[in-house]
Amino acid sequence: MTLETHGVSDPHPRPDWVWHITVLALVACWYLVYVQLVPVSEWIVSLLPVDRHSHTGEALAFFFYDVPKVMMLLTLIVFAMGVVRSYFSPEKTRALLSGKRVGIGNAMAAGLGVLTPFCSCSAVPLFIGFVSAGVPLGVTFSFLIAAPMVNEVALVLLIGLVGWQVAVTYLVFGLGIAIVAGFVIGKLQLEGWLQDWVREIHIGIDDATGPQDEALSMTDRYRLGVEAVREIFAKVWIWIIAGIAMGALIHGYVPEDLMVRIMGADAWWSVPAAVVMGIPMYTNAAGVIPIVEALLGKGAALGTVLAFMMSVIALSLPEMIILRQVLTLRLIAVFIGVVATGILMVGFLFNLLF
Amino acid sequence: MKSIKVYGPGCKRCETTATLVRDAARSLGLEVEVEKVTDPRAIAMAGVMSTPGISIDGKLVHSGGLPDAQKLEGWLKA
Repeated sequence: MTLETHGVSDPHPRPDWVWHITVLALVACWYLVYVQLVPVSEWIVSLLPVDRHSHTGEALAFFFYDVPKVMMLLTLIVFAMGVVRSYFSPEKTRALLSGKRVGIGNAMAAGLGVLTPFCSCSAVPLFIGFVSAGVPLGVTFSFLIAAPMVNEVALVLLIGLVGWQVAVTYLVFGLGIAIVAGFVIGKLQLEGWLQDWVREIHIGIDDATGPQDEALSMTDRYRLGVEAVREIFAKVWIWIIAGIAMGALIHGYVPEDLMVRIMGADAWWSVPAAVVMGIPMYTNAAGVIPIVEALLGKGAALGTVLAFMMSVIALSLPEMIILRQVLTLRLIAVFIGVVATGILMVGFLFNLLF
Repeated sequence: MKSIKVYGPGCKRCETTATLVRDAARSLGLEVEVEKVTDPRAIAMAGVMSTPGISIDGKLVHSGGLPDAQKLEGWLKA
């Protein structure tokens, strides 16, 4: 056996057990590095010519600790999600959802929205693929709301920067909004508000042949995990650094009482204001959550901050523009209205409870 | 000559997929015609739900994500 490789195809693919062991070893290394992050970041800041307890020192310590922490959490969880998602596909999800009753269908769609690989660039073909094969419109919306809103990048950043309690809250209420909003849109019976050409397409589920199932080995699934990490990093690293830098500035410099006044629980108007501000903001979870964390630290109310975050992530202008190809403006307005109402209710509820 | 279609709205992954297909065909010495389909309606009609998708002589062989190099060769040879 020679060691030279022959072009693209590898004649001796490594067996699965090599991958299992490599993955285990890497996770162990990951853990060892992760527990060292606090001392290392403090050490780096101590080398810099700033006072640790000054505004600048606070901001720098925040930055040097949070950037590597978030990057490491992201690598681990995105890899795991990449492997999990390899067991799902839009075709399988469609088969599971087609003809499902409203209600149970909405709940399944929201759950599958989290697990099915989805990129907003294929939102239109996916939408048509679902609706034309008999997935009810409201159920399709539950999927389309949950898929971007409850994503692993948002959850990682929440766990890493704000705490797992808020992450779980976000997960539960994000799914809740997707289920209820889809349910409401379904009840409104707005099928007539799709673009005409979309209504004309009717692919029966039998003719809706996707590619024949490509059999995946465990090695393929690990590869997909690695691919997911590479792709997410290429997309979000700059947002994370910008977001954390922004958060660090807020940490170091914004006076505490300012945020209590404008984003505190007593300012009722702050929830709708946060939702409205969130819609046109073009960023993703990676950019907004570090800022959210800093705002919380300065006395902003949890409900207001959750509402802002959900609005930024779930109601994004670019996605509306993509969906405009299949939905009439009226239907987009209903979609925004229903989702925004859900977010408002979550915001008020949290400000009331906490 | 095989007629190959790459389905995708024009995102970066779709471009990469088209390049991968051309490269694989060239390395196999196959003559192919690669067409990029960007119209969302045409993409949906072809049964592609997640892009990029690839069809060879009218048969959909792949959708969602970059194709695996080894599998791509297999489809081209078939």
